[in-house]
Parts: sequence; structure tokens; C-alpha cells
Amino acid sequence: MTTEQIVLSVEGLKKYFPIRRGLLRRVVGNVKAVDDVSFKIARGETLSLVGESGCGKTTTSRCILRAIRPTAGAIQFRTDESRNVNVADMTRTELRPLRRQMQMIFQDPYSSLNPRMTIADIIGEPLLVNGMGDLTARRLRVAELLDVVQLPLAYMNRFPHAFSGGQRQRIGIARALALNPALIVADEPVSALDVSVQAQIINLMLDLQDRLGLSYLFVAHDLSVVKHVSHRVAVMYVGRIVEVAPTAALFRSPKHPYTEALLSAVPVPDPRQRARRIVLEGEVADPARPPPGCAFHPRCRYAIERCRVEAPPLVESEDGRAVACHRAEELDLSGVVG
Amino acid sequence: MSAPTQTAAASPLVTVAEEKVAAATQLQLTWWRFRKHRLAVASGILVILFYIGAIFADFLAVTEPHATEAARSYIPPQAIHFFDEDGSFKPHVYALKGRRDMRTFKLIYAPDPADKRYLRLFADGYSYNLLGIFETNRHLIGLDRGKAEDALFLLGTDQLGRDVWSRLMLATRTSLFIGLIGVGLSLFLGVLLGGISGLYGGVVDTVIQRVIEILRSIPTIPLWMGLAAALPNTWSVTQVYIAITVIISLIGWTELARVVRGRFLALREEDFITAAELAGASRLRIIFRHMVPSFLSHIIAAVSLALPAMIISETTLSFLGLGLRPPAISWGVLLQDAQNIQALGIAPWLLVVAVPVIIVILAFNFLGDGLRDAADPYG
Amino acid sequence: MGEPILSVRDLETFFRPDEGIVRAVDGASFDLYPGRTLGIVGESGCGKSVTARSILRIVDHPGKVERGEALLRRGDGRIVDLVAIDAKSAEMRDIRGGEIGYVFQEPMSSLSSFHTIGNQVVEAIRLHRAVSAKEARDRAIELLQLVGIPRPEQRVDSYSFELSGGLRQRVMIALALAAEPRILIADEPTTALDVTTQAQILELIRKIQADRNLAVILITHDMGVIAEMADSVSVMYLGKVVESGPVDTIFHAPRHPYTQALLRSIPSVLAEPRSRLTTIAGSIPHPYARPPGCPFHPRCQNFMPGTCDRSAPPVTRLDPEHEVRCFLYEAPAEAVA
Repeated sequence: MTTEQIVLSVEGLKKYFPIRRGLLRRVVGNVKAVDDVSFKIARGETLSLVGESGCGKTTTSRCILRAIRPTAGAIQFRTDESRNVNVADMTRTELRPLRRQMQMIFQDPYSSLNPRMTIADIIGEPLLVNGMGDLTARRLRVAELLDVVQLPLAYMNRFPHAFSGGQRQRIGIARALALNPALIVADEPVSALDVSVQAQIINLMLDLQDRLGLSYLFVAHDLSVVKHVSHRVAVMYVGRIVEVAPTAALFRSPKHPYTEALLSAVPVPDPRQRARRIVLEGEVADPARPPPGCAFHPRCRYAIERCRVEAPPLVESEDGRAVACHRAEELDLSGVVG
Repeated sequence: MSAPTQTAAASPLVTVAEEKVAAATQLQLTWWRFRKHRLAVASGILVILFYIGAIFADFLAVTEPHATEAARSYIPPQAIHFFDEDGSFKPHVYALKGRRDMRTFKLIYAPDPADKRYLRLFADGYSYNLLGIFETNRHLIGLDRGKAEDALFLLGTDQLGRDVWSRLMLATRTSLFIGLIGVGLSLFLGVLLGGISGLYGGVVDTVIQRVIEILRSIPTIPLWMGLAAALPNTWSVTQVYIAITVIISLIGWTELARVVRGRFLALREEDFITAAELAGASRLRIIFRHMVPSFLSHIIAAVSLALPAMIISETTLSFLGLGLRPPAISWGVLLQDAQNIQALGIAPWLLVVAVPVIIVILAFNFLGDGLRDAADPYG
Repeated sequence: MGEPILSVRDLETFFRPDEGIVRAVDGASFDLYPGRTLGIVGESGCGKSVTARSILRIVDHPGKVERGEALLRRGDGRIVDLVAIDAKSAEMRDIRGGEIGYVFQEPMSSLSSFHTIGNQVVEAIRLHRAVSAKEARDRAIELLQLVGIPRPEQRVDSYSFELSGGLRQRVMIALALAAEPRILIADEPTTALDVTTQAQILELIRKIQADRNLAVILITHDMGVIAEMADSVSVMYLGKVVESGPVDTIFHAPRHPYTQALLRSIPSVLAEPRSRLTTIAGSIPHPYARPPGCPFHPRCQNFMPGTCDRSAPPVTRLDPEHEVRCFLYEAPAEAVA
């Protein structure tokens, strides 16, 4: 990836939530929701952040959009004027002009649309607040966007309650597209939808990417969905990235034991492939009190003494992969074969 | 686009009714839901009637409510005769003739069938200021001859010989409007402080919340007693009236502030608020375009439930002799007359004041329930 | 396979709110055998959960089981029709938990926060078995051990909110198994869980089923879970069982256009990266606005105008175990009649 191609570059991102106790609300510890996360996204690329609940993937995405303020780290964003700006410590006012270049698609199609506004108002809001065009121009743009997400124009004056989950998600996508953003952060955009509707939204997102050259940061827990949308996948466990790799490579030959277990746990929709699963023991570690060394070691069947004391760094290799495991070189882990 | 365009657009025939629902605003949906709640609708109409009555209290009254006549104390309610002897519809009352009971030496009033007084609509009576704009002496009902003060006592008289019906009309006005003004004041304080608390959080929130807790932990009646006792004796009726309203709303705002704060906190977490923020919407726009409309209905419902509490507070205070004092007339003041068991024994009709109090309070509660249920058509 | 333990025929459960009528379950039939797993799969509003609730007779107001039968072969050999007996009767209470254990999706709302998990299990045991408090407690610890709760002697006295989602679902399974039922109904038991926890819970259900020869009804929207767990499958769409058969047939030789489309549209870890999915047009209709005839016809690729939108297709038996509800497979002679 050359510098010009990189839309987003996250370096050493940390987000700690203080734990307060007692009458004086003294800080007694920190929940390290995101702990030293780094990755890059190129123009037109989809990077998926996957992991189980509490792994920090949603917090990471909210930090990038600056819905929350990160504790430390840099979030370099390349603007449409080809300037690199660090979003991490900008003020509200400084952020406003950048907002239009980074947008978000939400998980819950029900709570993400204001029930008291019409579809035209919802999709048109980003245009209105950024002072783009007059009423007629905005209406035209809304019509255009509805067409892009394949909703009939006649729906413009309806309220969200008249729509199904899939249609609402299309409206959410139209709103995200309104300002022609370079980057879209999609937080579990299909997990609340029915299977038959999921496919429509996934296809729509793929089409829009091809057509508009969008970059996606796709946050998801469902590896099947991830396989259909991503160019590259980053796997998170207890606030850290444990492995990053191109999609095909990651699914075929994972390098981290957690990735292997995660892949193995996904039920395959084919009764002839009832493989022996790697069933992980125990529970996901508590991010307030992560185990010493590698956070995954208590559940890892390949753990050695070193894993208990020394946290493995994320090491990049030639083929665009990176893994945080002491034994990455020696282990031969199994992926899914399709 | 490669995907077939008909995917989501494949909309089956949409009926007119569906289209109507689809494009219905928040207000319409609320109204449709509220309409289904029969009791609430009936209560709403009743409340409106009461307020109309309160506005035209003087017009509905028949006699000057402050006019006393010691000789006419404790006259029981009069019967209205609707038909004349010939069967024609001519509502009338018998004039009252006083007669001294020679054993008790008490003056006893008895209807005199020989002296018929016919009721008239829009009759002349005492003069008053309608809506504070123009002077008139029209009243809804009156008598064809003689002064109403001498002959028309629909609900009897009190100890000082004042007409209970007329006094009730004016009391309703005082009590209903004291509630309205009190709620208005509470609303202002509640929305302002609750909003600040919910929006800014942190230290400001903690301070406001602790103040609310302290205020709410003080037993209300002793607090009111203390405050009411502190009002100088020399104050005029109007001054006392305003002071009492302020005292009552001092507690009333806390509840509203909590509702507002709670809504703000809940809404802050909503995705559509985040979406607006990410779109670059200003803080003011988020508050007034997204947040306030989302809880306006909750506020209206909370207000309709706070009103009866205000009315009851005033009535309680005045009943205890701590609120409005004669010559002011309010439900509480009237009920104070019925405080004395002896008086009640002689003149049980004095308790009639309790009837509108109960009806209004119940109606407000049903209305509030209905509004609250209808307020969130998406919930 | 022997005799079915539960045999459901033409079950119909309707909801009649003020706004109209919802045919939540509209003629569901299936058989359940000991030691086997029946998967009921479908998307939202297909009636899969209401089917389970109808069998247990715990349908919420304004729903009502209108017709059909659910014949349960009880432990003592008697056959009772669950639809015919009173939902509030002592016998039904005895069957719920005693004969049929059930696990729901939300382990948080299904467990009480006011009682320790041990007490809840003990209560479930003593409701159906006459045992002393001490014995029941020992059984409870045994059960918690069985469902894989670490340190059960200590955990027995903890409260549900002190446990993680996975552990809570294990407690739910322990509760369901407390009175040694012969049928387990699991309604989306892993939907709220992470994928590695889901694997643990599915593994547990499989193990317990093998140990106890349990008959399991597994209700889910996840085709992967069905492929993993079920022996036979019923596919539901808007209240109708559109296709049923052995799991291998359903996945490898599906006949109903909905089953075929659904299987094509699900994302899979086996797919090529960034490959487009085949979609099903439109979305699931609102239950109030159920299309006439075959409810799937507005989204169906094989829609035959004049047939599919006129009348509901009958069940066609393709082979002894494979049934489909579609006009495509109706014998020509019958079509004329």
C-alpha cells in the first residue's frame, strides 16, 4: 500500500474506561477496552474487525469516528484534499468539516432512525447541517440516494415505522452516503436482519463499494458475513488485534490459535461437514483484569510457559499478514476449506 | 448496478389505509392511540369543560359570592320546579320566607309556594368583569324578578348566608388556575434544570440531583406550613395567591426534572442521536430537532399527571388554613367551612365542594394515563 | 426409530389482537423421536417459537391454539393430546418440565435474579419429584456439574446476574433437565451467545442428548446450527411448514423454492471471499398482510400466476420422510381435481 492509497491509519490506539469506586469515585483501575491497536485501510478496501462481545471492536470503531475520545494513539485520516490529519485529539469544531468524509452504518435499524422524521428528512439531514444546497437540491439528492439503495421514491414522505428492518438499513446506508464519504464504518450492519434480507444488504454494500470506491471498516462477529465482504480481516481478543491477514489466507490457514478456534466454532451450513470442533474451554478474559502474558493463554491449547509471562507483539510478515503469537512460526493450524 | 433493481422495490400493492399510516406524523399516531382510550377521551372532555367553566365562573355564578347576610345562614339547597301547574315547561323556584321558630328562636326559611320566581337565562345580576376585559351583569341564570341574592340558592348557603353554588364557581376558577400556573412554573424549572443535568452530566448533574433528593426528602406539609407561616399577614389576596403557587411548585419541579433528565440520558445513547452527531449536526440542532420532539409527549403526560397533584396541594394547604385565606375563595377555603363537624351536621351540603375536587382529580389522572400510553406510539 | 414420542398434526395457533388476525402457526405437523433432534428453522415471524409455545401451552394473550393435535406419549405409556387438555391443569403443569424441558433464548429474563441458581434448580426438581431438600440440593449440584459449570458446589449459591451469558444458558439447561424430561425444546438457545460459547452449548446439548436418549426440538434461524445438530428439519415460512425431511435431504436436495433460495442466500465461511450472494427478492410481509394462497408466492422465482396466489398448496409427500408444500410437486391428476 502506498501512502496515497491509505485512507485511514490507526496507530497505537488505546481506550481505557476508568473503574470508579466509593463515595469519592476514585479511580481504582481501568477497563482496557482497546489496548494498543494499529491498522491501515486503503482506498476501496474493506477491513473487517472481528471478535466476540467485549473484545473492543465496537469501541475501536467509535473512537475512529470520534463518537468517543480515545485515551491514546493516533488516527490518521487522509482528507479529500489529500491532507493527513490526526482525528484522535481534534476538538468538536475541528471535527465538523471532517465528519462528512467518515460516516457510519449502525447495527440496529430500529434505533438508528429518528421515528419522528420522514425518510427525506433523515437522509437529507447530513446535507442540511453541512449547508449543502437549497431545499430543491437536497430533495433531488435524496431522490438520487433512494435510487442508489433501491428504494422507491414514493417512500420519501413516510416515517420509519412503515419500513421493515432491511428497508430501514437501506435508509441508514443512504444517509451514510449522502455526503460522499471516503470511509464508512459499518458496525454489525446485518446482524439484526433476517437471513434472506442479510444477503440483499451485503450485496448492496459490495456494489456500492465497487461503484463509489468506498473504504469500509466492517465490524462484525459473524465470520460467514465477514468472508463475503472483506479484503482483509483483523481478529481482536480482549482489546488487542491478534491477527491480521487477507481474507482468503486467514480462513484457509490461520496463524493464531484464537483465529483457529473461532473459525472452527462457526457452524457450517452443510450436514456433511460436521467436523470435530475445537471447543474452547472457559470464558473470554475480563478486560478489567486481563491475564498476564498473552490474554488468550488460559484457553489456548498450544500455550507454553512463555505465553504466561510475556505478551506477544503483533509481528508483520512479508505476505501482508501479521500475528501476535509466540508460536506462530512453528504451529500448523487448520482453517476452513471450501 | 448489477443487482436486480427490483429487490427492495418489489413493493406489493399499498392500500390507501397503509399509505395513511406510513406517512402519519408522530402527532397523528399519538392521537389515534389516544382516541382508543375511551375513558381518557371522556376525561379530557371533562377537564376542558371544567376549565371553560372556570374561565366563565362569574357568568355561571348567580349571586355576588362575597355578599353576606347573617339572617340567611345555612339555607338548604333549593328544589327547582320544572313545570307549572298547567304542565307547561316553566322552571321556577319558590321564594323563601323566613319565620322565627318560637321554641328555638331560630330563623327558619321555608319555601313559599305562593311566591313563584321563574328562572331566566342570561338574566341580569351583579356586575363583574368578563375575562378581565369588559364589565357586564349578565349571568347564565337568574330570576325574572327580585334579586337573586334573596331567592336563588341552588346549593344552599353557608354560615354567613353566602350562596354555595356561586362560591363554588369562583373557587373552581382559583383552584384550577393555581394548578396551571404552578405546573407552568414547575415545568420551566424542571425542564431547565433536568435538561442541564441530563445534557452536561458530571458535577452539575450530581449537584442538581442531590438538591432534588434533599427537596424531596423534606416532608411536604411541614415545609409548606413553615413557608406559608412566613408569609406576612399584610399581604393582599393576590400576593398570597402568587406566593402559594411558588411554594407548591418548589416541590413540583423535581419530578419533572427527573423525567426530563431520564429522557435526555436515554436519548443520548440512541443511535439516531449518534448519527446526527456524526453527520455534523450542531448541539442545538440535536437538542431541538431530535431530543425535544422525542420527549415532548412524555412531558405533556407528566404535566397532566402533575396538575392534579398541584390542585390537591393547594386544597390541602387551604383546608389546613395555611394557604389561601378568606376572602379568597378556593376549594380548600370552601372545604375549610366544612371542617367543623357541627357545621356539617347542620349543613351537610357544604361538603358538595368535594365532588368537583374528586371529579377533576380523577379526570386528570385518567387523562394523564391515556396520554402517557399514547405518547410513545413506537414503544 | 420406533414410535414417535411427540406427534404434532395440523397445529394452528392464531393471534387475534384488535387490528386483525395473525395466523402465527397455520398447520404445522411433525414427529419427534427419542434420541433424535428435530430442527425447526425459519426467519422472523415464521411461527417457529409459537409452535414450541403451543406445544407447551404457554402462548401469550391474545394467542390461542385453535386446532390440531399434539400427541405426547407419556412415560407411563399413556398418550395425551396436549392441545385438548387445559393449559392450567395439574397434568399440563406436570408435563411442562416433567416430560418436556425447555430452554429459551434470553437466559437473563428466564432466570430469577432474586433466588440463587441452586434454589431455582432445587425448586424445579421438587416440583416434579418427591425428594428431600438435601437430596434435591445434591441433585442440583450434580446437574450443574453435568452442564459444565465449574466449581458447582460454590456456584450453586450464586445469583444469575453473577454469571456470564454462557454460564446462564448452562443453568437454563440444568433447569430444563431438573425433572429428567424426555423431550427438550430449545428455542434459539445460542442466538444471544458468541460463536465460541455457542459451540460449547451445542456440544453440551449433543452430549446430554446422547446420555439420556433425549428427543430434542431445536428452534433457530441459523442454518449452520441446524446443519450441525438436526436429524430432521422442518422449514417454516409465515406460519406454514413449507418443507420437512431428513437434514441431508433438506441441505442437499431441497425442493421448496423457499428452502432453495434460503440456502443460496446464507453467507458461508466456505464461500469465495467477496462473492455476491443470491438474494430472495423483497422482504418478509407483515403478519397482518399475509399474501393469499401460498404465502411465499410474491417472492418466489417459480411463481405460477393463477395457481400460487389463488389457493394454499397442499402437502405433497415426495418420499416417506420428505414432504413439501408447493404446487410444483403436486401430482398432475390432483391438480385437475
